[in-house]
Amino acid sequence: MEPVKIEAVQELINRFANKEVYIHLETTNGSYASHFDEKFFNAGAFIRNAKVEYELGKIIGDPPSRVGLKLGSLGWIYAQGITHYELDDHGRLLMAGHDHQGKLAVSLQISETPFE
Amino acid sequence: MIEKESHVLVVFPHPDDEAFGVSGTIASHIKSGTGVTYACLTLGQMGRNLGNPPFATRESLPEIRKKELKAAANAMGLTDLRMMGLRDKTVEFEDDEKMVEMMQSLITETNPSLVITFYPDYCVHPDHEATARAVVRAVHRMDESTRPKLHCVAFANNTGEGLGEPDVINDVKEVMDIKLNAMRAHISQTAWILEDLEKRLGENDPEAIQWVTQERFFKYRFDQGYE
Repeated sequence: MEPVKIEAVQELINRFANKEVYIHLETTNGSYASHFDEKFFNAGAFIRNAKVEYELGKIIGDPPSRVGLKLGSLGWIYAQGITHYELDDHGRLLMAGHDHQGKLAVSLQISETPFE
Repeated sequence: MIEKESHVLVVFPHPDDEAFGVSGTIASHIKSGTGVTYACLTLGQMGRNLGNPPFATRESLPEIRKKELKAAANAMGLTDLRMMGLRDKTVEFEDDEKMVEMMQSLITETNPSLVITFYPDYCVHPDHEATARAVVRAVHRMDESTRPKLHCVAFANNTGEGLGEPDVINDVKEVMDIKLNAMRAHISQTAWILEDLEKRLGENDPEAIQWVTQERFFKYRFDQGYE
């Protein structure tokens, strides 16, 4: 993965617009957050292989950036905290937010084929 | 002295769960000629340590962790490694009875005299809890006369309050290097912990020494748990 370059990522997001795509979306503090700090309120969410079609996708803001996908008149997907991206060997757009300790905090991935 | 077994079955959900808590015990059994089966339920696909700059992606991590798991097995001399094909962080959402059946078939096939897993309600991570519940249920449902021993790892902050002192403390000083190598095999997830541990070992920190020379287990108390 490499650090987000807004224009490059925007161009990749555009490539997946207006077609059926599979989405991986995840936010996490890690399963041990409340073990190490009992006052910590641990929350997160995870969707793998949601099949959607977006008509407009944008990446905005100096990294950590925000990415939003507009699903026609149906709804929205967004992620914030995106720091890195990669178009992988399978042609999938992997975007992720890695914190200062190198731990993944958020990921948003777009693929034309289901994730394994 | 670690009690001699005919076969040992170890069940944990994540590559590296075995390394921290029980790799010394596994290595000791193997050294004394006892067969050990390790069933690892997931590939730790949802691990958060991906680095910054990143050394892996969410999609490439499982392959890395699979290699590390095999390397850890090699370090311990373990040849019967089962990867059970579940997904990290989803174990508790699987059908509970199917989970019990998975454990029953492992027990039937390997016929262990000792089963090692986590202690339910005292093992922090939801995958640990779900794994422990399934193992406990499978063993509990066996006829008391045929049940293997069930040794559980507990590390929740309230373990002392709830369970008291461990029932079994295995001295693994002799295989300490193997234990460290098993931890090192999972380097993508353990680099930070190892750096700290090795520094503390260098300073003869008693807690760090205890961590690599002693493995602590609680015998499962069937009268107060999962059926």
